[in-house]
Amino acid sequence: MPLSLADVEKVARLARLAMNDQELQAAQAQLSNIFGLIAEMQAVDTKGIEPMSHAQDVAQRLREDKVTESNQREAFQAVAPQVENGLYLVPQVIE
Amino acid sequence: MQWEIVIGLEVHTQLSTSTKIFSGASTAFGAEPNTQADAVSIALPGVLPVLNKGAVERAIKFGLATGSHIANRSVFARKNYFYPDLPKGYQISQFDLPVVGQGALTIQVEPLSGNAKPYEKTVRITRAHLEEDAGKSVHGDSQGVTGIDLNRAGTPLLEIVSEPDMSSAAEAVAYAKALHTLVRWIGICDGNMQEGSFRCDVNVSVRKPGQPLGTRREIKNLNSFKFMQQAIDYEVQWQIDTIENGGKVHQATILFNPDTGETRAMRSKEDAHDYRYFPDPDLLPLEISNEWIEQVRSTLPELPQAKQARYVNDLGLSAYDASILTSSREMADFFETALNPSSILPLSGEEAVRSSPDKGRLGGVEAKLCANWIIGEVSAQLNRDGLDMTQCPITAQQLGGMLARIADGTISNSGAKEVFRTMWAEGGEADAIIEAKGLKQVSDSGAIEALVDEIIAGNADKVAEYRSGKDKLFGFFVGLAMKASKGKANPAQLNDILKKKLEG
Repeated sequence: MPLSLADVEKVARLARLAMNDQELQAAQAQLSNIFGLIAEMQAVDTKGIEPMSHAQDVAQRLREDKVTESNQREAFQAVAPQVENGLYLVPQVIE
Repeated sequence: MQWEIVIGLEVHTQLSTSTKIFSGASTAFGAEPNTQADAVSIALPGVLPVLNKGAVERAIKFGLATGSHIANRSVFARKNYFYPDLPKGYQISQFDLPVVGQGALTIQVEPLSGNAKPYEKTVRITRAHLEEDAGKSVHGDSQGVTGIDLNRAGTPLLEIVSEPDMSSAAEAVAYAKALHTLVRWIGICDGNMQEGSFRCDVNVSVRKPGQPLGTRREIKNLNSFKFMQQAIDYEVQWQIDTIENGGKVHQATILFNPDTGETRAMRSKEDAHDYRYFPDPDLLPLEISNEWIEQVRSTLPELPQAKQARYVNDLGLSAYDASILTSSREMADFFETALNPSSILPLSGEEAVRSSPDKGRLGGVEAKLCANWIIGEVSAQLNRDGLDMTQCPITAQQLGGMLARIADGTISNSGAKEVFRTMWAEGGEADAIIEAKGLKQVSDSGAIEALVDEIIAGNADKVAEYRSGKDKLFGFFVGLAMKASKGKANPAQLNDILKKKLEG
């Protein structure tokens, strides 16, 4: 499946990536190569094989519902660009 | 021409775990901002999610309570979007393999208008999946900035999705209420709507009968049943007006403004819904064994619907009374304990009722009498004092003790009201209050007869009038007799004796 430049632009927009024309074209070529790889894999006969959702064939380990984390706000907020009254500040969100 | 309304609901219930779905940070409500936002909640690089067993267990409980399919294997997926209260840039949710599959919930619908009768309806549940909640944006004093509190980020949610089976605001509200009762009943969610523990998104569309589904608009984040009804009514009318005036409904996410009673579309971007779901490589498939499912099943309490049916069939209560008494587990427990106050404590009210062969009459207290008092006096007084069932100053045992004295004729209804008032205000057991206030009614027929004889002797003229056909005077004699007994004569007995003696 060929990947159009418009597809790449859309994916970049959804990922909030600013890309110039040169970068978009480079990405188009690289992503198209990956699509080629996928096409090759899809050509393999997988009849009768159960699909996996993870590369490892093991199940999720579960955690007991017990509090193990303590308050480390001060340490975390020491590296935040802007905080106020315990809140992380971000540019105003308009809904 | 008639329009058909089509409604489906998506309900986000915050699960009542102590910790977050993917980390051991506390989920307690009301903490100082970001004090419960650990490294996983704020998405520091390199952290990994570890699934909370308690959250999975609650999802299984819900599935069992709605007769839903529970997946032996389900998968977590990333739902990608950017928003400041979502630090990872994606929400961990479930997509094509949710933990809970198809099920159903049967609801009682009270039509909102006219003389239409209540009816029963079954709403199909499409699925319920586990996911994490986002943080909160706080719009404070500072200009040009928004504050972010990530305490809520990572709180476990069970999103319950229904089929578009509801065809009126009344049905949508009845379904939401039934779900609200159920999740509290089985103890998976505290149901606190003000705190956002139970949030409803309502999908609404209209169509002409027989036509394909119309375009839907989704009303987001309704946190009260009253708003839900208002929002649906407004939205339905808006859609009908729009189409009848030649316009077209466009798919949109809308908000309800409780102050104006109107709905309005949120600003939407064309690719706002392009979430690019894919399985989360940080999480392995969730496996739930049949043994685990059966073990959870054994912890489920008797469900509201089963209780309702039992109250109607075994205790002879009306469907209406049964539905009110099962509106919360606290209410049902109160009723069952009051019904059988003398039962030895380890035996729960439920078992006591089951083991009794006597229909509607248990431990000397009649079910109907008990239901009337709880739905009447107790509820009214709780309402007046702004309390809920768990804060009731009278225990179920105390009420049951009083009801037993009504049932065995020790006190009259008016005497019982006095006992009840005293109990509410000052506490104490019924027997002690009856003794202290001298409320024991006179049921000794000899004493009542003597009293009646005296009245008849002292009012010869009225007696003659009565006997010549002035039936209305009967009340006059009852009044005199009651007064003479200081209100303590057993009313039924007094009536009988008085009637007999007056007829001569």
